[in-house]
Amino acid sequence: MTRRIGIDVGGTNTDAAVIDAGAVVATAKTPTTEDVLTGISDALAAVPHHDVDTVVIGTTHFTNAVVQRQDLNRVGFVRLCLPSGRSLPPLVGWPTDLADAVRGRTAMITGGVEYDGRPFEQLDEAAVIEAARRFGDAGIDAVVVAGSFSPVDPTQEERAAELVCEHLPGARVTLSHRLGRLGLLERENAAGLNACLLDLADTTIDAFSSALDDAGLDEGTRLFLTQNDGTLLTVDEARRHPVLTFASGPTNSMRGAALLAGVEDGLVVDVGGTTADFGALVGGYPRQANAAVDVGEVRTLFQLPDLLSVGLGGGSRIRVELGGNVTIGPDSVGQRLLTEALCFGGSVPTLTDAAVKAGRLVIDGAVSPDALGVDPGAVLAVAAELVAEGADRLKLTAAEAPLVAVGGGAFAVPDRLPGISDVLRPPHADTANAVGAALAEVSGEVDRVFHELGREAAVAAALELAVQRAVAAGAVTETVRPIEVEDLPLAYLAGDARRVRVRVVGSLAHR
Amino acid sequence: MGRALTITDVDDLAVGAWIIGTGGGGSPHLNHLNVRQVMSGGRTFEMIDPTELEDDARVAVVSTMGAPLVMQERLQDSRDVARAVEIMADHIGAPFDAVMATEIGGSNAFQPLMAAAHLDIPVVDADAMGRAYPEAQMTSFAIAGLQPWPLSLVDPRGIEAVISHVPTWKWMERASRVLTVETGSMAATCKAPRTGAEVKRWSVANSMSLAIGLGATVRRARAEHADPVEAVADAAGGRRLFGGKVTDVERRTTGGFLRGMAVVEGLDGWSGQRLELDFQNEWLVARLDGQPIATVPHLICLLDAESGTAIGTETARYGQRASLLAIPAPDLFRSEAGLRYVGPRAMGYDLDPVDPLS
Repeated sequence: MTRRIGIDVGGTNTDAAVIDAGAVVATAKTPTTEDVLTGISDALAAVPHHDVDTVVIGTTHFTNAVVQRQDLNRVGFVRLCLPSGRSLPPLVGWPTDLADAVRGRTAMITGGVEYDGRPFEQLDEAAVIEAARRFGDAGIDAVVVAGSFSPVDPTQEERAAELVCEHLPGARVTLSHRLGRLGLLERENAAGLNACLLDLADTTIDAFSSALDDAGLDEGTRLFLTQNDGTLLTVDEARRHPVLTFASGPTNSMRGAALLAGVEDGLVVDVGGTTADFGALVGGYPRQANAAVDVGEVRTLFQLPDLLSVGLGGGSRIRVELGGNVTIGPDSVGQRLLTEALCFGGSVPTLTDAAVKAGRLVIDGAVSPDALGVDPGAVLAVAAELVAEGADRLKLTAAEAPLVAVGGGAFAVPDRLPGISDVLRPPHADTANAVGAALAEVSGEVDRVFHELGREAAVAAALELAVQRAVAAGAVTETVRPIEVEDLPLAYLAGDARRVRVRVVGSLAHR
Repeated sequence: MGRALTITDVDDLAVGAWIIGTGGGGSPHLNHLNVRQVMSGGRTFEMIDPTELEDDARVAVVSTMGAPLVMQERLQDSRDVARAVEIMADHIGAPFDAVMATEIGGSNAFQPLMAAAHLDIPVVDADAMGRAYPEAQMTSFAIAGLQPWPLSLVDPRGIEAVISHVPTWKWMERASRVLTVETGSMAATCKAPRTGAEVKRWSVANSMSLAIGLGATVRRARAEHADPVEAVADAAGGRRLFGGKVTDVERRTTGGFLRGMAVVEGLDGWSGQRLELDFQNEWLVARLDGQPIATVPHLICLLDAESGTAIGTETARYGQRASLLAIPAPDLFRSEAGLRYVGPRAMGYDLDPVDPLS
């Protein structure tokens, strides 16, 4: 019982990969189905699935629900911030249609913490109880609790959650400090997106479990999901925090690329039909974004990879400007590549056509794209520039770095690029996302402000806490190692205050 | 007659104020949201030209002091800004006719609007810096030798103070900073009130409409796929001095300030050249291959070469395509008196000021 199956449910395809002792033994690509479940069953059926210890699923299902405003819960918000913050209530800045779909009741309550952990105000417990009753009367059971500086001291959020559960039986509470970083509104937004997905999380994960049962997997086979940082999410944790799966698609692809190419530190580009997605690897993991990231047009700040998307893909349209300049994209024929591109008998010049004409890409049965009307070498040179610039933007230093190229449009990446030491094209690159899911590890993260400790002691304290969290999530203690350590001295604040953010990962213990 | 501000104006202000924040001043995002929120409730704002003020008009001067991180957690209530103005009105025993910004660069550009949201008075199209500066006394009013007192300060927990007298502007900065730090590193303040005559004579006039205009310029340039940096340079009477890629950023905090240096390696016409930008919260000195090409008090703005949005000293990072835009400071800040407050030597550099247009 050593095998792990990774399944990545994308918008178009559901990919599966079987891993044994760290090596890929089988892969499969099947169409994603409307009900998701069938697609997963099909993918499982397409690979050998005996002697399986663990199945790991990466899914964009929850992201899509937010983007499409479908199957969302109404949420009750408890904000602990008064007497500050009144003019910026929960859901401020959300797109109106999404706010309308998610808004249940909101309560702004006296409480919150200062940057050094002292209370801003004592928590008004009576007001929390009153809010819980009002939520109950309105039939709301998905609740967000968000308090100022809760990542520094979460006690008030935890106490408020206790009171909500006491006075609103069956309440499912999302605590902002469990998800987000400093920045109350962005953290509360992440918690709000999470809370609105709780019903969907239950039905989806139930469906995943039955897909595994239907496929005849051993009863003891463990099921995990993957989260935004490329590590494992237990099924229980996924039911509580579905928002942690939001970016698992690109993340799994980057993780898989890193593992398949054996690259720990470097860059990854996943070139699809419409876009090229760039990411950076640190210790084999996608580097995390440090700035606010918009998810479904909501500004959030939580665990998300640092990604750059450029309008360059196999289906990107080629144009020649008046002065003779060649441009690529950003528009693309997308999924209509097989009917609209010149080399498939269509009438639209695409990047794929230029590659075929230049002899860089050989496609069985393709016709010669004679109507390209431009030197294919010039097109590929422009593509190379776009790739070089995208890769460079993800770097943190000028030093050369390897670039792993995956995805169906990886032919757009030339073998030599400025600032790139090597271009790597690993095997199984077309199912890198499923491989990334199958090989996911367990993580622990800490992000908080430390005082008067000095840099070394503050980082050590943060690491210790992160290791505890990883082990609690199922990591083998001896394998846990830091993959991201960052500290920022805080300008303006007195008393050697520094914000420390660390992430650690370790291997999942066998069952 | 004043001008009624639209939602588009305040959206443009958020972009423009961040540009003339010269790398600091704090992101306007939350204050912008605050003002949008009151506007969605039907509130309107009137912006008047300083020349519309009577000589004996009373003008409140507002800003919030503190750490950006605390602002992101506390989420300032616009009522607190208005409250600082009310306390000052009580202290001087007379109501205000208008409200203006101390600092048009960065988040404080929105403070007069946040105050006006709860007070029935117009906002003056002016400020006392014409940009952002690291310290509260670095204002045109201080350079002019105007009276630095009194100052009112508000923490929403009912902590309200008036500093009724200080001997110098520097003492006002120190006294108000102590109170701000003690209340958790964030407080709304109303500075020494100004008369209409003082505002007309000594403020940086039309700086709010300039910021709105720069934001509008960026918006239009993007829509027309034109070069936003060139457009901003034209609109601001400034010049693009350099274009390249950020290749290194070194930061440290000392004495409550974020200090350090960013390096930009030249691209295109500047290929092979190297730009070094020193900062203390804001960009202070720009050196091209070792030679100063722009210094305070002139505005040193680093803009994203593609989008035209500002790159802050806290947000600059390797790989960004950046253009250096320099805008001459108003004459008052270039005078001998002005340089004592905001010249390179006031910021600890043994340098004469360098006019970027010379």
